[in-house]
Amino acid sequence: MSFVEERLLPSAEPVCLIDQYGVPHDHPSYGLPSKEALLDGYTQLIKGRRFNDQASALVRQGRLAVYPSSFGQEACQLAATMVLREGDWLFPTYRDSVSIMSRGVDPIETLTLLRGDWHSGYDPYEHKVAPQATPLATQLPHAVGVAHAARLKGEDTVVMALVGDGGTSEGDFHEALNFAAVFQAPVVFFIQNNEYAISVPLARQSAAPSLAHKGIGYGIPGERADGNDLAGLLAVLGQAVEKARAGEGPQLIEAHTYRVQAHTNADDATRYREDAEVAPWLQRDPIERLTTYLEQQGWLDDDVKQRAEAGAVEVAAQLRDGLMPEPSVDPADLFAHLYAEETQQLREQAAFLRDELAREEA
Amino acid sequence: MTHTKISMAQALNQALRDAMTADETVVMFGEDVGALGGVFRITDGLTAEFGEQRCFDTPLAEAGIVGMAVGMAMNGLRPVVEMQFDAFGYPAFEQIVSHVAKMRNRTRGRVTLPMVIRIPYGGGIGGVEHHSDSSESYFAHTPGLTVVTPATVADAYALLRKAIEFPDPVVFMEPKKLYWAKEEVDLTESQPGIGKAVVRREGADATLIAYGPAVPVALEAAEVAAAEGRQLTVVDVRSLAPFDDETVCAAVRRTGRAVVVAEASGFASVSSEIVARVTEKCFHSLAAPVRRVTAFDIPFPPPKLEKHQLPSVDRILDAVDDLQWEDS
Repeated sequence: MSFVEERLLPSAEPVCLIDQYGVPHDHPSYGLPSKEALLDGYTQLIKGRRFNDQASALVRQGRLAVYPSSFGQEACQLAATMVLREGDWLFPTYRDSVSIMSRGVDPIETLTLLRGDWHSGYDPYEHKVAPQATPLATQLPHAVGVAHAARLKGEDTVVMALVGDGGTSEGDFHEALNFAAVFQAPVVFFIQNNEYAISVPLARQSAAPSLAHKGIGYGIPGERADGNDLAGLLAVLGQAVEKARAGEGPQLIEAHTYRVQAHTNADDATRYREDAEVAPWLQRDPIERLTTYLEQQGWLDDDVKQRAEAGAVEVAAQLRDGLMPEPSVDPADLFAHLYAEETQQLREQAAFLRDELAREEA
Repeated sequence: MTHTKISMAQALNQALRDAMTADETVVMFGEDVGALGGVFRITDGLTAEFGEQRCFDTPLAEAGIVGMAVGMAMNGLRPVVEMQFDAFGYPAFEQIVSHVAKMRNRTRGRVTLPMVIRIPYGGGIGGVEHHSDSSESYFAHTPGLTVVTPATVADAYALLRKAIEFPDPVVFMEPKKLYWAKEEVDLTESQPGIGKAVVRREGADATLIAYGPAVPVALEAAEVAAAEGRQLTVVDVRSLAPFDDETVCAAVRRTGRAVVVAEASGFASVSSEIVARVTEKCFHSLAAPVRRVTAFDIPFPPPKLEKHQLPSVDRILDAVDDLQWEDS
């Protein structure tokens, strides 16, 4: 076996431990997560789905400017954070609100960017979650920097860096993977391949056998997983995080999933894809298959179901209550955060705006 | 302290060395900055003295370099990165504009980025294409960035130390034409901070406002003008952003006439900003429109033609002569 085959090449097929019918499968390299992990995952999936549904509803009611939903990708969203420890970092994209919320970030602060009252709402250091990035892949070199700094300081932090299939075409994706490999930075690059970059299908992004194969060119081990199978994702991402933490360098994981809904509420997916293409993916829903499996195991008792539903009800209420009132914004904020020490020019411009507002009120 | 005769390149090297000694979170990286010591030798000996972890070579990718520095600054270090040449820094433009400049504002001051991006810039060294750009206006135009450029050996040392200690990201533009200029300096001597311009020469008749590589040319022009009977003030802007309106405008008000001298092309540039500010703030003190001596609005020429692009003593003196000394 060559070095590439032994160390770098991803599995021939995406790793799937529980298939779309809820049937478990053995895998030579990955074992099923524990009952506790799967039940925890189940409750989080129910909550994550409700977060997506509620946020989309709030866009329709004009309470959010825009919402890029991860409906159908919740297993990826949650597995990405379930495998992390407290001190680890998450570098999310704009579609990863559920992931951010699952790290412990307040749901309303999670949506600040998309609500439009500021560019980012939460303290990145509190839960070790970087601000959401709307430019594609530019957060990946930052993730490498955080990981490399951690190594220089002798800390065993792992950084989970999220990116989409479209983002893998960006130069920053290439530079980040190359830097991470050269410096052996403990980063898990996690691609949620949902087949679309707004309207452009995967075939126009890459001619590689899979996006996980891209790791070979950098000397980074690649692996691929069924992105709608929480069990497989937990196993694959968990192993990647362990390897990165153990000093084996960066890892590249591709999840095969699907963007069931349009890019955002402002997008019209009927212009570029047929409903017939979407239908089979609805059959591969991450929640349904896990529910089926847990029921067949006899693990999904009323207590678990009630707990999951209570979590979902709670987060939906948090979003409604938190987002219904107009957010309070302060124009003085526009000038307050650019520099540690405000410049004379900004002082003058802040005063100008203050006077203008005072005149409008008078 | 005794004065020693050193070049600007040596002063910058000493500043890095002293900063790395004073603060172990300061790390230096970029292309060829390790064993080679940088193509201009600004990082000479740093890897040997501080080790591979403190001063290291990276893959050849500027967005990666700046992007990694963002992450390292987020995680408690003070990165100093080198863009090998002005025009080779452009691949990092998105990282600089969208992240370096905006992170503090985006996070309401929770994430600060104490980092320095060193950029050797400007012409006058016979560089081939892409080795002589003046890129400072792109950065000075970007809210959230602090942009400084030294014109003297002492200032190179002091400004770089201050930039590294600064709580926010600094784009540090190094006039490469001046790298080898030697001066007798005392590096321990205190210099004004970031945000301050400095009057390099006093004269009552007109003010030359210059920065970086244009400052020595302006000083030379002032010397010639003095011999011809005209006394010129020379202001070294130093800090392009934030801009020291107070010092610049005070000089213009004292003299009533001004010429802005810059090596960059003039259109939509730092020099046009200076003219606009001076005109807006000092209109009633001005006896003539503010003139500019800048490069032409053309790509930087090949070495054999670069002398036509650079500000010269003659062009400065001609501009001064044009300041409507008599109504015509």
